Amino acid sequence: MGDVWAALATAEFARIVALSLTVSSLATAVAAGIGLLCGAALVICRFPGRRLVILLANAFLGLPPVVVGLALYLTLSRSGPLGTLALLFTPGAMVIAQVLLATPIITALTHRAIEEPWQEYGGALRVDGATRLRSILMLLAIARRSILTAVLAGFARTISEVGAVLIVGGNIAGYTRIMTTAIVLKTSEGEFGLALGLGLVLIGISIALSASAFLLWEK
Amino acid sequence: MKSRKLSLLLFAVLLGHATIAAEQPAPESIILASTTSVENSGLLAHILPGFTKKTGINVHVLAQGTGQALQTAARNDADLVLVHDPEAEEKFIAAGYGIDRGQIAWNDFIVVGPRSDPAHIAGTRDAVAALKAIASAQAPFVSRGDKSGTDALEHRLWRVAEIDPAKAAGGSWYRDIGGGMGAALNTAQAMNAYTISDRGTWLSFANKGELTVLVEGDPRLLNRYDVILLNPAKHPVPKQALAARFANWLVSPEGQEAIGAYKVGSEQLFHPSAAAPK
Repeated sequence: MGDVWAALATAEFARIVALSLTVSSLATAVAAGIGLLCGAALVICRFPGRRLVILLANAFLGLPPVVVGLALYLTLSRSGPLGTLALLFTPGAMVIAQVLLATPIITALTHRAIEEPWQEYGGALRVDGATRLRSILMLLAIARRSILTAVLAGFARTISEVGAVLIVGGNIAGYTRIMTTAIVLKTSEGEFGLALGLGLVLIGISIALSASAFLLWEK
Repeated sequence: MKSRKLSLLLFAVLLGHATIAAEQPAPESIILASTTSVENSGLLAHILPGFTKKTGINVHVLAQGTGQALQTAARNDADLVLVHDPEAEEKFIAAGYGIDRGQIAWNDFIVVGPRSDPAHIAGTRDAVAALKAIASAQAPFVSRGDKSGTDALEHRLWRVAEIDPAKAAGGSWYRDIGGGMGAALNTAQAMNAYTISDRGTWLSFANKGELTVLVEGDPRLLNRYDVILLNPAKHPVPKQALAARFANWLVSPEGQEAIGAYKVGSEQLFHPSAAAPK
């Protein structure tokens, strides 16, 4: 195992970890921006098709990453509708893929988390004459623990996902290679020790991030 | 309190954007769609730094297998291809996607299998006879099944042997895994099965276990690597000039020397062949 740890201590590996974290945290931030607003709006706003959106958000919890990757690939391809953006096989494409995967998760879990506080405090907020945006922010603050779980679930999806980023990122060495795609590569090369070492580092990072999020938020 | 958290979040987003923007390729970069054998064997990682240092052009490598690489290029998502399936390449060029095919290197395919060798093919040279022996022994055989160059070669050999392995004797010994060379070798190792590999991937593969080279040296096992530029009429991409510089470098004495110098242990993985095509 000694040479495995030596291989994990290289600049190339540091770059892979850094890119994993950058892509996933950026995607989670965007997905949280959309998901928290949408999830809360689904509770306090009434509009036609609302129940359908709730149904879809819940159904898309299990959105297959490979399918998202393929659809995004065809969209971003130079011969696809958004080809002129030149995003295919860049980290930007990987962020978009992960946003698509994490947004339904954060939306559905936020919706569920806000429902109860809204029944409890919705009347008071309306009597106060609070605007919808203010109501949303109040409810998110009240349900912050469940909201943290929602955001962490979104992040977990992005950092552990491999099917979509492999297709739209291309696993290009030194450019779009991240931890999960590197694990796939090392497995195919029969370098099981290194693949497993990478996996342990990935799990360790996830644990560390969740722990620090809980400590920061709940103190 | 809330707004401070929000602004922190916003800051993180902007920081991330800046980082990603910095990651965008310099204008001088091209996408090479290639096979797993030249990427996973370490060849490209060995020769690309020299090219980038000389020209300032970054080459982003997609390791996909020949079928997928040609498909990626046909969709205009790569700037040139480096593959190893002469039949598929000719179709690609006949369809007007590619021009200027040039052979840059060769090595060979090998039949690998368990040391116990239930089909008794060890040491023979005739690849077709070896496949016939494997089929009649109904010994487990792992097929790539992914339209890669190696997969295409395997199917050509079965055709010559006049065997349809998926149907022969129920075909339960024939396992089509739909995966890359590494996955096929991992599967063969775990199942004590035979498979066909390119030599480059085999030599750099780390999980050989009981697998060993059984058949080599058949002229039909020649494995040639070609670089193909895309047809500017079908691929009006401003990267064509950069791609041509890379292709020209690969066949230049400097590129050929870099290819020939790549070794794993003491074995040379690829033989440069632009000057003396085989």
